[in-house]
Amino acid sequence: MKHIVKILSLLLAVSAFWIGLLQAAIIHPGYNTWLLPIYFVVSLGCYGLLMVGLGLMQFPTCPQEALLLQHDIAEAKDFFKHKGVDVGSD
Amino acid sequence: MAEEKERKGEKKYKYSVIVPTYNERLNIALIVYLIFKHLRDVDFEIIVVDDGSPDGTQEIVKQLQDLYGEDRILLRARAKKLGLGTAYIHGLKHATGDFVVIMDADLSHHPKYLPSFIKKQLETNASIVTGTRYVKGGGVHGWNLMRKLTSRGANVLAQTLLWPGVFDLTGSFRLYKKSVLEDVISSCVSKGYVFQMEMIVRATRKGYHIEEVPITFVDRVFGTSKLGGSEIVEYLKGLVYLLLTT
Repeated sequence: MKHIVKILSLLLAVSAFWIGLLQAAIIHPGYNTWLLPIYFVVSLGCYGLLMVGLGLMQFPTCPQEALLLQHDIAEAKDFFKHKGVDVGSD
Repeated sequence: MAEEKERKGEKKYKYSVIVPTYNERLNIALIVYLIFKHLRDVDFEIIVVDDGSPDGTQEIVKQLQDLYGEDRILLRARAKKLGLGTAYIHGLKHATGDFVVIMDADLSHHPKYLPSFIKKQLETNASIVTGTRYVKGGGVHGWNLMRKLTSRGANVLAQTLLWPGVFDLTGSFRLYKKSVLEDVISSCVSKGYVFQMEMIVRATRKGYHIEEVPITFVDRVFGTSKLGGSEIVEYLKGLVYLLLTT
C-alpha cells in the first residue's frame, strides 16, 4: 500500500470515528464540530515546531572530532611522505 | 557473541567499500590510509569510482594501488561526472564482497566507524546498517545555525510524513548486504540528498532489517553551505514523490 494511502486512510478513520460520535449524539454538535479539523492542523504545526526546536536545542555537536581528524590527516600525510606518494599539499 | 564465532573460524565475510570521487586527490589518499588503519583483521577491498577528475585523483589512486595492491584498491573510473546514484551502481558491478559499504570521500565520514558498522551487522544480522548523526554518541561539526535548522526541519517533516523507521534519513554512510543493495538501488530514481532518503525508505517498505550506529560528521568545507533554496525545493519534491510511490 502506498504510504499516502496509508496516511489518508488514517485520517479518514479518525474523521469517520468523529462523525460517528456526532451521529450517535454522544457529543452534541456545536462549535467544536467545525473547529476540530482546525485544531488538528494547528496542533500538528505546533508538534512540528516543537520537534524542530527540541532538535535544535539538543543538536549533537562534536568539535573534538574536528581536532582528532586534523591529527589523523597529519598522520596519514606523514605516512605517505615516507612512502613516496605525492598527495599534494591542499 | 558474533565476534566469538568469527574467532572460532566460521565464515569470514568480505567487505567492499565503494567511494565515489570527484577531485578528491588528497582526500582519497587519506581515506585509504585510514581504512587500512581501522580495518586490520578484515577482508576488504576499496572500489574508487572516479568521475574523470581533472585534479589527478586517478594518478593518486594508481600510486595507492602500487602501495597496497591492485586487489585491495580497485579503480573503476568513468569518463565524466554522472552522479552519485549511478556511481554506486557502477561500483557495485565490480564488488566481490558479501557486504558493501558506501561512504563519502571528503572525510566527513571517518573510517574509524567501520568496525562498529561491521560489529552491529554481525550482532544483529541486519540487512542494512546506517550511520546516524542525531543520536547519543553521534554528532555534526561545522554547520551554522541555518544549516542545523534546515536539517532538523527536513528531518521532522520526513519523520512525520514517511515513518521511515530510522533517525537519520539523509546520511550516506551505510553498510548493505550486497544483494540488498542491488535490490534497493535498482528501484531508486532520485538524485542527491533525496537519493539517500529514497534508498532507506524503500528498504524500510521492503521490510529489510535496518540497524543504526552513531557516527560523527565533520564538515570541513566551511562557508559553502550546500543547502540553498533550490535544494530545499528538490527535497520537498522528493518527499512528495516518496509519499506517492512508496
